[in-house]
Parts: sequence; C-alpha cells; structure tokens
Amino acid sequence: MYVYDQYDQHIIEDRVRQFRDQTRRYLAGELSEEEFRPLRLQNGLYIQRYAPMLRVAVPYGLLSSRQLRKLAQIARDYDKGYAHISTRQNVQFNWPELEDVPEILAELATVQMHAIQTSGNCIRNTTTDQFAGVARDELVDPRPWCEIIRQWSTFHPEFAFLPRKFKIAVNGAVNDRAAIEVHDIGLEAVRNSAGELGFRVSVGGGLGRTPIVGSFINEFLPWQHLLTYLDAVLRVYNRYGRRDNKFKARIKILVKALTPEVFAERVNAEWMHLKDGPATLTEAEVERIGRCFVDPAYRSLEDQEIALARLDVEHPGFARWRTRNVFAHKKPGYAAVTLSLKPTGTAPGDITDKQLDALADLADRYSFGEVRNSHEQNIILADVEQARLFELWGELRELGFATPNVGLLTDIICCPGGDYCSLANAKSIPIAEAIQRRFDDLDYLFDIGEIDLNISGCMNACGHHHVGHIGILGVDKKGAEFYQVSLGGSASRDASLGQILGPSFAQEEMAAVIEKIITVYVEKRVEDERFIDTFRRIGIEPFKERVYAANH
Amino acid sequence: MQRIIKNGQVIDETWHLLDKDATLDGLSNSDDLIVPLALWREHAHALKVRDGGLGVWLDSDEEVEEIADELGNFKVIALNFPSFTDGRHYSSARLLRERYGYQGEIRAIGDVLRDQLFFMQRCGFDAFAIRADRDPHDALQSLQDFSVCYQGAVDQTPLFRRRQG
Repeated sequence: MYVYDQYDQHIIEDRVRQFRDQTRRYLAGELSEEEFRPLRLQNGLYIQRYAPMLRVAVPYGLLSSRQLRKLAQIARDYDKGYAHISTRQNVQFNWPELEDVPEILAELATVQMHAIQTSGNCIRNTTTDQFAGVARDELVDPRPWCEIIRQWSTFHPEFAFLPRKFKIAVNGAVNDRAAIEVHDIGLEAVRNSAGELGFRVSVGGGLGRTPIVGSFINEFLPWQHLLTYLDAVLRVYNRYGRRDNKFKARIKILVKALTPEVFAERVNAEWMHLKDGPATLTEAEVERIGRCFVDPAYRSLEDQEIALARLDVEHPGFARWRTRNVFAHKKPGYAAVTLSLKPTGTAPGDITDKQLDALADLADRYSFGEVRNSHEQNIILADVEQARLFELWGELRELGFATPNVGLLTDIICCPGGDYCSLANAKSIPIAEAIQRRFDDLDYLFDIGEIDLNISGCMNACGHHHVGHIGILGVDKKGAEFYQVSLGGSASRDASLGQILGPSFAQEEMAAVIEKIITVYVEKRVEDERFIDTFRRIGIEPFKERVYAANH
Repeated sequence: MQRIIKNGQVIDETWHLLDKDATLDGLSNSDDLIVPLALWREHAHALKVRDGGLGVWLDSDEEVEEIADELGNFKVIALNFPSFTDGRHYSSARLLRERYGYQGEIRAIGDVLRDQLFFMQRCGFDAFAIRADRDPHDALQSLQDFSVCYQGAVDQTPLFRRRQG
C-alpha cells in the first residue's frame, strides 16, 4: 500500500497543528459555532445526536495491521470500544469528546492516518473496488489512480468551499464494484485499441434527495490528463453549481439543468486551457505511486480445488462460508475473504476494539498485513492462501466474522439512522435487525440468493437505499417513523434507481413486507434468476399486489 | 483606520471601497477607489480619467470574464465573499492570475476569516481585508498553515514535479 514519505507526513502533521489551534480557538470562544462548523466538518467531525462523530479517512479502503491496531486503541481510549465501517470505506467513531479530537488526530498521524475531507463541502475520500489488485476480472489496478486523486484533492485550495460535498469513485474491473455511476464523478480505467490507458468519465450521478444515474461525458480521457480534466470539471461545478439551495447544489443538478452534452462542452472549454499544463501527469509520477501497489510476495501455488471440495463435504458450514464469503483471486492458490460485519444483532458495519486487534493479527498472519473496507461495510482479507482457508474460517467463527451472508439478504447496507444521526427521520438499525431475524434460516437465505438490501434513515441516503435491489427509506409522517420500500435499484454496471412500491409501512410491519416481496420473487423466478433480474423481467406490479393485498 | 493584510504584512488601508449602489456623485477626484462592477460598466470613461487609483470589485455571482479585456485599468481587483463558505472566487482569482495574467492586487473582501487565507493565497490573492471584528495580526499566522502542498496552484507547480527535481 502507499507509504508516506516526508512530504506526506509533513502535510498531516501540519494539519494536526492547524486543527488543534482551530479547536482551541473554538473552545476559547474566538470562533463561533457557525465559523467552526465547516472547519470541523472538513476534518470529519460532526456534532451528532448524542456526541461528536469523528470520521477517519481510509483512502480507497486500504488499511495496514498497524493502522488497525491504532484504530483499536482509539476505540478503547476515546470511544466506547467500537468503530464503524462507513459506505465510503472510512471508519467512524461515535463517541469521542470534542476536546480529545486534536489528540486523536495526533495519534492517527503516527500511523499515516487522518480525517482530512471526510466531510464538508469538499472532495471526499475517493473510493474503489474492495478487490482492487486481486480480482480476476480486473483490467487495471485502480489503486494508484485513487492515490493520485487523493493527493491532488487533499487541501485543493480552489475546491475547499464547493457548493456541496463531492464524491469520486474509480473502477478498473469488468464488474463495477465501486458504484461509479452513482458518484459525482465516476472513473473507469479502460484501454483503447492501441492498448493505451485512459478513463471513461461519468459525471452527475448521486443519491440523496434527487437520485440520478451519472452520464458518461468522456469515453476516453488519456491518463496524462486525468488531473487537468478533474480540475476542469470541478471548476465548472465550483463556479456554476447552485449555491442558493443546498438540496439543489450537487453537481448532478447542474449536469441535469445544462444537459450532459452542454456540461461536457463547458468542461472541454475549460480543459482546453488546463490541458498540458503543470498538472499533466508524468510517467515518473505514475510509476512512483504504482510501485506502492505491486503484488506482495505471493508464493507459487496451485489452486486447491480438490482439497477444498473435500472439506466442503465434511463441513457444510465451511462450504456455505466459502460460497458466499470467499472471492476468486487472480493468483492460483489464493483467495480473497470477506469478513462479514453483518451478524444478526450487531449494527451493520460495527466492529469492536478487540475485533480490530484480532483482525490486525489475522491480517499479519494470513494476508500480508493488509485489509480493505468495502462500501458494503464489510472487511476483506485480500490475499489468503487457499490451503489456509479452513484454518482461517475457524478463527473467523470465534471472532464473529464468519456469518456466511456476503451478498445475501442479511448483508444489509445500513446507515446509523435515528439511533445516532441527528439528520435521520427514522431508525434503521432495528429494521435491519428485524429483517435479519426473520431470515435467520441459512438454507432459505441461500436459496433466495444474491440480493442487495439497503436501508437509509432519511432522504440523504447514506444507506444507498435507491440502489438496493430492495431499498428501505425511513420517512417521517406527522412525527411518527414510517418506511418506504423501493425495488429494482442497482449500483452495478448499468446502474438503476429503485421504483417506489407504494405507501409506507410502520416499523413492525417491515420484516413481513420484505418476506412477502421475497415470496413473490421465489414464486416467479426461473431457474437461477437473481432477484434483480426477476424484477426487471416482471416489473413492480406483482410485488405491489401481494404486499398491499392484505391491507385491503 | 482599517488595516488589511498585503503581501504578508498588516498595513493601513488607503483605498475606499464603494457600495454596490454607489454613484459618481460626490466622489473625490484624487481618492483611490474600488468601485462595484455596475458603476464601472456605466461610467468607465469618467472613472478612467480621474487622478486617484482605480480598482473594481466583483460580487460572488459576477464573473471575471466580464472584465477580462479591461484588466489594465485596475490596480486592485477585489473579490467579495458574501459568506466565507461561498468558494466561487477561489476560481476567479486563479483565472485572473493564470488565464488572464493579471499582475495587480487581488484582494479578498467580505466575510474573510483567517482559516481561509492559506487557500486564498494559493489561488492568487495577495491582499485580505479581514472581517472588521477580527484582528488581522492573528490572521497572519494562517498564511503559514502548511509547509507542503500536493497540487499546483498559482504559487507553485504540483509536488510531483518538484519531487523529481
């Protein structure tokens, strides 16, 4: 992974000093609440319902075991003993004291971590495929490009006060596991017919109040021009994005208002001035960054198909876990393992300090000392020898990481909701738990197959409900919490937004509603058809009829 | 007397900043004036023939393209921040320096607070009228908030180009 040099280290240490002084001035009354707000937000510090929440940046989701141990220590010393993996592949602490934040940042800086631009109206953490660098369907490793974007966006002086937050995602594989089409900018690494590397650029995607799938405005941007082009897009947005209404301030509204074609023309006109300028990337720089992402010292191994198949027969639980939580690796004899943070009864994405420490230990022993966070709020050991999978499975079971539900109905993306977040209209964690309890039969869960269920506690859509195959949105009706269901969303390639099923439901109805939806699917599917494919074939009506039938 | 930051020092303010609805009535011939864009639009000739210095100020929804062909008339271009969270003029300043080659003073006016200064100077601002209720001396420190920057701006090329050197 990327290792800081003296420059990188200087920058985060300067930041610690700066934020320490900003916090001091705020506590001394020299900065008003209003003035401090954007400063603390650009440092990932929210004032939440019960306490501040600190969001720590995990660039493109990559963490070393050393960093995990530091996060564990912070969870113990400054929080209530746990952390939370967010849908931007970051890590959140829910209970730090404001006064302690400068010290937490100083601790983080000792392991090359920070909280820069994890919130606020600026360029946020760039995200990518959690299997970057190891996936079999990968064309280009997106990580060096994410790091190049990280450096470019860190304290970018021109774009520190944008109309709204700004999110970039990069994909380098055949499948899109980074949800690029629902980002402000989505970048897909591609090669042209001459074998040259470039990027297909999508803009104006995003969820929230006005969900929109992005439009591709450039089919091939040569890699040298990545940063000048990003500068051009951001400059057009900074100058012409709406600032009168925060709900209309995202770039998606500007792209829609201008049309993607006109927006692309504006960007091109701006880019003509910046193209070939000093921000044009050099081969030397790309190689320098790329050297941080070369393969680890893989052993020369053979795939263990027969041995694993034998273990599968002896241990059905292992077989189940392998089916769901183990992902094909580009190197023979290796596998990528997803640790499920979605056991029933735990808030999705939560992890304790002890688990973090244990995870660091596992990373050291099984996966070259590294893990990745996924935007589905799970954690991945990316480079595990297949011959050690059984042994690892045993350890994961003891730690509570082996729930074999990755990609299944109970692997729910879920925002913190009304239990923690002051923006939420409704709770989301109890809904997730009720659904998990209703579908606690593993055989049934496996039979249902691949399905994305996403829950958000409000319109801001932190739980990405619009792109869930089944989406649940908490809504407020005359002070009471209700839940709206949508079907047919997808964050994958050719992303789609869910259609609303109909009137919303009370909290206690939700598990039964989901069960009815699943029953319709099971009845109507053909062969191995996934939920999303059945939905796309039969439409929303059969679901609507079944779910609302009992209400009449 | 108001004091402003100019080229990294606190100095006495000598320019008069005219209101947005200012007219030519009663203007002294010899004062140094920063006039709103509308006044410049309407009375460019009269303003040019005065003896005093001339500057113009743009509100956050006014674009530098409006004055791109007339920059030689102004010793000062002031860019107004109605709110410190309105970031449009960071782009304006870069365009003035990098695209239009403006060499005169670019001054930040309005809701200008110390924690913005580092970014502003990188975008080409060299003068800052700190909000009247704040001490410009305190604000000076923020010009040194960071010792290294990754990306290029008006002040320097990207770090990856300097790293190679």
